[in-house]
Amino acid sequence: MKKAFVPLLIVATLMFAYAPVMIAQAPFESTMFLLQKIMYFHVPSWFAMFAAVAISAIGGIWYIFTNDKRGDQLAVAGAEVAVMFGAMGLTTGPLWAYKAWGVAWQWDAKLTIALLLELTFIAYLLLRKYGGPGSDKLSAGVALFGLANVPFVYYAVQLWRTIHPLNTVVPSLPPGMREPFWFCVFGFLLLMTLLVAMRARLERLRTTLDDLYLADDES
Amino acid sequence: MTADFDRVEAAEVSRNFGRRRAVTRVSFSVGRGEVLGLLGPNGAGKSTLIGMLATLVTPTSGTIRYGGRTAGDAGPDIRARIGLLAHELYLYPELSAHQNLEFFAQLYGLRPDGVVGAALESAGLMDRSHDAVSSFSRGMRQKLALERALLHRPRLVLLDEPFTGLDDSAVTGVSERLRRLASEGAIVILATHDLDLADGLVTRVAIVRDGKLVSDEPAGGGLRGRYRTLVGR
Amino acid sequence: MFLKTVLLVVKKDFAIEVKSYEILSTTLFFAVTCVLIFSFAFVREAEPISKDMVPSGVLWIAVAFAGLLAIGRVFERERYSETMRALLLAPAPRPAIYLGKLVGVVLLLFATEALLVPMIALIFQAPLFRWAVPLSGLLVTGTIGFATVGTLFAAMLVRSRARDVMLPILLYPFTIPVLIGGVWGTAALLGDEPSVPVATMWTGLLAAYDVVFVTLALWTFEPLMTE
Repeated sequence: MKKAFVPLLIVATLMFAYAPVMIAQAPFESTMFLLQKIMYFHVPSWFAMFAAVAISAIGGIWYIFTNDKRGDQLAVAGAEVAVMFGAMGLTTGPLWAYKAWGVAWQWDAKLTIALLLELTFIAYLLLRKYGGPGSDKLSAGVALFGLANVPFVYYAVQLWRTIHPLNTVVPSLPPGMREPFWFCVFGFLLLMTLLVAMRARLERLRTTLDDLYLADDES
Repeated sequence: MTADFDRVEAAEVSRNFGRRRAVTRVSFSVGRGEVLGLLGPNGAGKSTLIGMLATLVTPTSGTIRYGGRTAGDAGPDIRARIGLLAHELYLYPELSAHQNLEFFAQLYGLRPDGVVGAALESAGLMDRSHDAVSSFSRGMRQKLALERALLHRPRLVLLDEPFTGLDDSAVTGVSERLRRLASEGAIVILATHDLDLADGLVTRVAIVRDGKLVSDEPAGGGLRGRYRTLVGR
Repeated sequence: MFLKTVLLVVKKDFAIEVKSYEILSTTLFFAVTCVLIFSFAFVREAEPISKDMVPSGVLWIAVAFAGLLAIGRVFERERYSETMRALLLAPAPRPAIYLGKLVGVVLLLFATEALLVPMIALIFQAPLFRWAVPLSGLLVTGTIGFATVGTLFAAMLVRSRARDVMLPILLYPFTIPVLIGGVWGTAALLGDEPSVPVATMWTGLLAAYDVVFVTLALWTFEPLMTE
């Protein structure tokens, strides 16, 4: 990751610089006009959030069962980045919905899962901040349980009528929209990877610093 | 029980809590019949060390071996051979002395009929056995807690400040009990900051300061002087 | 002097709070979770609250609040004299300790519900006893689901600082599916056209939740409890 970081950072920067051009050139959608463009930002942030959640849960399992600090570092990094992308999704979503549905919020499956995952990982961060010693293990459990909770939230809420645009929208996007859409998704995922890597590195440095303090203690 | 052992060996054991090093590279070996006194001022890392010996706290580095096996190899088997009297008493204050002992006896897979009576007798609490522990004095609770920790006749007996709240005659009683345990083949490790009480009971003294083992030698004359020089306070 | 003391105390509290914002952030978060809980209990597709939704919502919110209280207290007892560590020290299999605590919590909650249900039936004139069997199914599976996650988190929080605020903060987001299932399963039995199959379907979802989370909890309890 260390060697690949700078090249990937450059790629990500270029992608984010070029993305507005692609989005501007994408065809106008006839009913939503300019508002539809939020999709290029909104949907990729959810992709990024889910990926970060998965990273956090995997890091958590790794840490729980091996006591390996690296798992914990990955878990924290994933959790923080997930909360950030989740906040982006939760801001852009209602902006679109207010215009498209006439209401900013609906209790449908996707929105609820998104909100609950966001809350779960905010709880994760609160726990780490205020939980005191031992909360690293517990928070790993929270990440794991948070992921396990997703299908249940999905089925529970699915039993209400769903009005969110269905997943099938993505493959059926008209050709002109498809390319910028996947371009943005890929850009966000790349950004997510870089952020997680940076955050995990910060956590690793912190551990190293702790070790140095300890070594200093010893002499 | 196949996990019986004759020695407990700590090799380069350390434990950190974040940036704080509670125990630093402690090594020692204790065998049957010995009473090792872990002496040191408050906050020296004695309780963490006891916690690690009890398998409740995992060392950050280093290993503790119970006759060649670690807690990772044979957790429950080793735990069945450890008796711990910690700083907190591990008793349910709402339950009676009898109920507490009965519960823990069964948790260790013992038939409660015999052991509970013997333990109550030993603690001198026969006539109060059906009173709630919350009504006991600190000294009575301490004696009960000791008997609770010894119910299953552990091979390794760990005690963290066992003399807290005991009057002079009770201290003598407890010391006598520990001496007898050691002579019957138990490994006794006791942490205390009180030199006077440890003197005469322990067969070996390990002095701990700032998480480090600064001395480990047979007990004997001049203990007080050495302790003062090493701890320096 | 009186006003000066008032100001002094406020200033001191403020000085402590701005150091970490612990109370502010956890309270705010808890408030948001409460909004969520009430939304799921009372709102369906942004329609106004209908009459048959009130008793089921009240019932399950009462279960959620009482459950939180019970779980917190049950573990406070283990903390008081550090008996949780004594349990972990015993040679007994550790998942069995978890299951023991869980069964205790569940039984306590069943006892609470045995009083709660008639009370709600009386106050809201809800025909809760017309469908006693499907309702019991919902209550049993829902209570187990709620207690499963709560017991695991509370056991781990025994060692932790701020456990009294952390427990609701962690527990409520996780038990939203239980709440949804319980509320809508119960509401299906109370409406103008009561439907047992709908209630059974929700019971099925709750049972699946129980199985998954009990399994996960048993699997992770031992490694999560080691210091």
